[in-house]
Amino acid sequence: MKRKRVRQKKQHPGERIKNFDEVVIGYTEKDAVEEARRCLQCRDAGCRKGCPVEIDIPGFIKFIKEREFGLALETIKKNNYLPAVCGRVCPQEVQCEGRCILKKKQEPISIGGLERFVADYMLKRMPGQNPPIVPQVSRTGKKAAVIGSGPAGLTVAASLSELGHSVTVFEALHEPGGVLVYGIPEFRLPKKIIKKEVEYIKSLGVDIKVDVVIGKTLFIKDLFDMGFDAVFIATGAGLPKFLGIPGENLNQIYSGNEFLFRINFMKAYMFPEYDTPVNVGERVFVIGGGNVAVDCARCARRMGARVTVLYRRGRDEMPARSEEIRHAVEEGIEFRYLVSPVGFVDDGNGNVEAVKCIKMQLNDPDRTGRRRPVPVEGSEFVIEADTVIIAIGQSPNLLVSVATPDLEVSGDGVIKVDGDGRTSMKGVFAAGDITTGTATVIKAMGAGKIAARAMHEYIERKGNGRKEIAGRNRT
Amino acid sequence: MYEISDNKQLAPGYNLLKINAPLVAARIEPGQFVVLRIDERGERIPMTVCDYDREEGIISMVVHAVGKTTKRLSILKPGEKILNVAGPLGVPSAIKKYGHVAGVCRQGTAAALYPIMRAMKEEGNRVTVVIGAKSRREIIFEEEMRAFCDRVIIKTDDGSAGSRGYAVHGLTELLKEDRADLVMAIGPTTMMKTASKIAIAHGAKVLVSLGAIMLDGTGMCGACRVTVGRKTRFACVQGPEFDGSLVDFDELKRRQRMYLKAEKISLQAFEREKETETQKTDR
Ligand SMILES: Cc1cc2nc3c(=O)[nH]c(=O)nc-3n(C[C@H](O)[C@H](O)[C@H](O)COP(=O)(O)OP(=O)(O)OC[C@H]3O[C@@H](n4cnc5c(N)ncnc54)[C@H](O)[C@@H]3O)c2cc1C
Ligand SMILES: Cc1cc2nc3c(=O)[nH]c(=O)nc-3n(C[C@H](O)[C@H](O)[C@H](O)COP(=O)(O)OP(=O)(O)OC[C@H]3O[C@@H](n4cnc5c(N)ncnc54)[C@H](O)[C@@H]3O)c2cc1C
Ligand code: SF4
Ligand code: SF4
Ligand code: FES
Repeated sequence: MKRKRVRQKKQHPGERIKNFDEVVIGYTEKDAVEEARRCLQCRDAGCRKGCPVEIDIPGFIKFIKEREFGLALETIKKNNYLPAVCGRVCPQEVQCEGRCILKKKQEPISIGGLERFVADYMLKRMPGQNPPIVPQVSRTGKKAAVIGSGPAGLTVAASLSELGHSVTVFEALHEPGGVLVYGIPEFRLPKKIIKKEVEYIKSLGVDIKVDVVIGKTLFIKDLFDMGFDAVFIATGAGLPKFLGIPGENLNQIYSGNEFLFRINFMKAYMFPEYDTPVNVGERVFVIGGGNVAVDCARCARRMGARVTVLYRRGRDEMPARSEEIRHAVEEGIEFRYLVSPVGFVDDGNGNVEAVKCIKMQLNDPDRTGRRRPVPVEGSEFVIEADTVIIAIGQSPNLLVSVATPDLEVSGDGVIKVDGDGRTSMKGVFAAGDITTGTATVIKAMGAGKIAARAMHEYIERKGNGRKEIAGRNRT
Repeated sequence: MYEISDNKQLAPGYNLLKINAPLVAARIEPGQFVVLRIDERGERIPMTVCDYDREEGIISMVVHAVGKTTKRLSILKPGEKILNVAGPLGVPSAIKKYGHVAGVCRQGTAAALYPIMRAMKEEGNRVTVVIGAKSRREIIFEEEMRAFCDRVIIKTDDGSAGSRGYAVHGLTELLKEDRADLVMAIGPTTMMKTASKIAIAHGAKVLVSLGAIMLDGTGMCGACRVTVGRKTRFACVQGPEFDGSLVDFDELKRRQRMYLKAEKISLQAFEREKETETQKTDR
């Protein structure tokens, strides 16, 4: 007997392109239980191996089946502090769900959907019923500093706090959350969800200081002088890449980051109620094929534009989450594959008027197995545009490494770490996008967990060493 | 939250604002700026810090009220608070021994030039400052500059103070009789473009501070990109000061106009709001 996957409720495409509310509404209790029933409770479960933090997936699904949602959440939280986030944004098709045994015969279990259901269900059920605020004084008397409040930073902060250390997070922007608040749009991940998750982490005793740019306001050395025993760097990969082609600095050409930062973080979609403006126009082209490109396209669509994504490879090579590509297509966004821009045309007033493109073809797979796109000679064409958004990737944030010469980085600014997140500097650890380049939320958190363990060990050992010395001095 | 400790009008449209921001005050150097936001709905805007008291934890800035955010800043009262102040941002001015440093500014930008010239003097340079303004009323920071400058030249559009003409005319006159090793120009983009040409013509090195539109101020968006020596630079992290002989000023001017329409809408909405408020309190 084959049972079909129970679908999560969604806003209708015609409706949702008129608002920034969440697209996926999620499971009802009944639907969640029904979907959970499909799970075979495999013993050596593949799904679990597909999850970068190895959540006990059969375990939490079993609790859902039994309607023990609290226990389901507890099971998840053992490995993941941000289930409401991951259930929404993990690329499940290549992680947990990609390894679900049911994938071959029917459809994989909607693990992300169920994870999200449990998290949302409990968030709704427990308003104000947060765990008791742990007093700021740490139980171990040790202090840790965390730089950056994205998923990696928040995970480490929560872990170290639970281990009894006093943790302070320093964030350059005015709100904690990293890409989760300034990048991923409201209609995929509502801000109030992140707020709640951040509140939870604060309730563990973590202190978050915004407006502090490490490398400018304070240096790593200052943190040690202030008495922090160890420092964790999770500053992410937020620097926009540009194409380096003629006309790129014309008005109305945005980086994906700037476009999302304006619309999403500064709420330009509510201008002039909110002060930050954004110019969208009627005809928008987005260049790129990752999550950033698709998010920009869908934001522009919601601002009333006709939107086309230009990608230099094919659909199968697109790194964006497949569910979101599907959503974007439903929303009327056009995708043109195997095209690459070569220049931009000025309208005479310094605004972009058109994009010059060239067609591409994929050559045979190289040694890495990836097919490289090459231009087709003589295939240039021009398309008219009001706005162009360049979303071809980000590179690591540099402020910390530039200000910290002792910190070893590779050529593109990636901080070098060992398997446990130790950097070249004593007492300084790092994880997340700053050590890998743009990856995923759950990978940043997974690496954060490992680094937190190594940091804890370091702090403990350091403390013991000190005691010894102090002891010797006394005798 | 960051408390306003003082707000004083220096000239029509120009206010000296002092804000309690101890972490910034502890680290800020001449040539650096902060990005601030008044409240939840506010824009993040860059402001140069023109003076600081490290002990008191206070930073000062001169706000030129040109749009909604700067107008709102100008009417803040001591004791009121703004939501965010992040900094110091940008690369500090390269304070070195050059010999003779000539500063050029117009009206409110005298404030941004002030800490740089003061540091240049302390470094052992001879310093001359040319201040340009519409009329006598718009000149600010003249006394402060005179306190340490070897020479201060005033230029007004209408001749009501100093001699008639623009700051750049003053610069030409100065360089004709007194060679400078470095020209430091801070002001409207057109003025900095002209000042750069004059400096180059007189064989002086020239630095300018670019007022690119900014958003995060930490290198994460590229809104502030400028072309310097044919290369794209981010003004917030690689500037705001650049070699004036290499800057594409026309591109910058064009980019500064990107949001004119939206800025007008924002300002009009704000003024309507203010009007209804005054009507309410009048009644
Ligand atoms: C638009 C967009 C969509 C994405 N969609 C998905 C998705 O659907 N699924 C998925 O799994 N992944 C997605 N990703 C990738 C994912 O968001 C990242 O891999 C993840 O956020 C990395 O986490 P992090 O903690 O390393 O860094 P970030 O989330 O980048 O956080 C870094 C934080 O450090 C702060 N910071 C930087 N420098 C300093 C400094 N000097 N001092 C103080 N603070 C500093 C930054 O302001 C930021 O808040 C997306 C990324 C983007 C940009
Ligand atoms: C490094 C730097 C230092 C600055 N220092 C000062 C200062 O000390 N005192 C001062 O009065 N002004 C300063 N400015 C300019 C100031 O930031 C803008 O005037 C301000 O953002 C205008 O905001 P608004 O809402 O009042 O006006 P708007 O109506 O938004 O804009 C009015 C004008 O300001 C420019 N502008 C708008 N938004 C920005 C932005 N986010 N960044 C830069 N320019 C913008 C526009 O080109 C426009 O011409 C500085 C700018 C930079 C880049
Ligand atoms: S955290 Fe992500 S990968 Fe792991 S189970 Fe949840 S949705 Fe799947
Ligand atoms: S592989 Fe699929 S069916 Fe098996 S336990 Fe995991 S989710 Fe359930
Ligand atoms: S202001 Fe965003 S990169 Fe400079």
